[in-house]
Amino acid sequence: MSRQSNRTTDSKKMNAELFTLTYGALVTQLCKDYENDEEVNKQLDKMGYNIGVRLIEDFLARSSVGRCQDFRETADVIAKVAFKMYLGITPSVTNWSPAGDEFSLILESNPLVDFVELPDNHSSLVYSNLLCGVLRGALEMVQMAVEVKFSQDTLRGDNVTEIRMKFIKRMEENLPAGDEVHSRICVPC
Amino acid sequence: MADEALFQFLHNEVIQYIYKSSEHGEMENGRCITKLENMGFRVGQGLIERFTKDTARFKDELDVMKFICKDFWTCVFKKQIDNLRTNHQDNKFRLLTQLSAGKQYLEHAPKYLAFTCGLVRGGLSNLGVKSIVTAEVSVMPACKFQVMIQKM
Repeated sequence: MSRQSNRTTDSKKMNAELFTLTYGALVTQLCKDYENDEEVNKQLDKMGYNIGVRLIEDFLARSSVGRCQDFRETADVIAKVAFKMYLGITPSVTNWSPAGDEFSLILESNPLVDFVELPDNHSSLVYSNLLCGVLRGALEMVQMAVEVKFSQDTLRGDNVTEIRMKFIKRMEENLPAGDEVHSRICVPC
Repeated sequence: MADEALFQFLHNEVIQYIYKSSEHGEMENGRCITKLENMGFRVGQGLIERFTKDTARFKDELDVMKFICKDFWTCVFKKQIDNLRTNHQDNKFRLLTQLSAGKQYLEHAPKYLAFTCGLVRGGLSNLGVKSIVTAEVSVMPACKFQVMIQKM
């Protein structure tokens, strides 16, 4: 019983600097381990994906958001609920494609890059690429295949940070969701 | 403010990554722990710089340790250290509570502590205390951090 009460009073917020710096340490390590930026980007995306497929459960359990009717609603939930909950920011949703299958998230501040400066020799590094993986992984778990990429980044001299999301298709319920998930060491919750 | 779940997942991924990359390079467990510890060290250094901006100068090592147990730990893991003696104890360590409350995953516990050891060592190092930090777990999710201060 005491455990239960602990759960509810427990604030889930934590020091953002720890997260930012830990992420920085990870990127630094990846840059040491891999020769080129492309590989680092790929690795970050993969790790983000792994996080996303698990984060979605946490999100659905805590936010009481139901199934989204269309991609516009999905966009709203991502920007207003998910980003707010996990990173404490609310990106704006803009640049809808006429067909309604593509939109942009504009991040005015990006908590991942708080203390970051990119050195000149890492011009093609997409520093926050983890986020793309997270979004892709999470949406895949609710049967949405999407393509996510950074199209602008303040770290590389753009005015804003822009994440472009494109809806590809609705996935069948019975498809196995990637082998990645199964090959990982299982950590009990 | 970031969310705790995010950090925990990231922490898990970091461990996964380090251990996976070691499979190809024939790196043994010790090297992985060292790598994780070094990452923590760097993060600890950065954090302490931010936390101590407005605090008064510390009198002595005990003062520094008290700061680490109270303020530093609270900022990072949302609670104080439960017990500070010649060694330190956290009876419900944040990064282990999700894992297990028994013996089942005991063998994996060290992986999940290396980063934090580095965190403490990095923090101390930036406060001018050179140290070796180790952790041991006898029953999850309690763990004991031991800080050995090296006299200059």
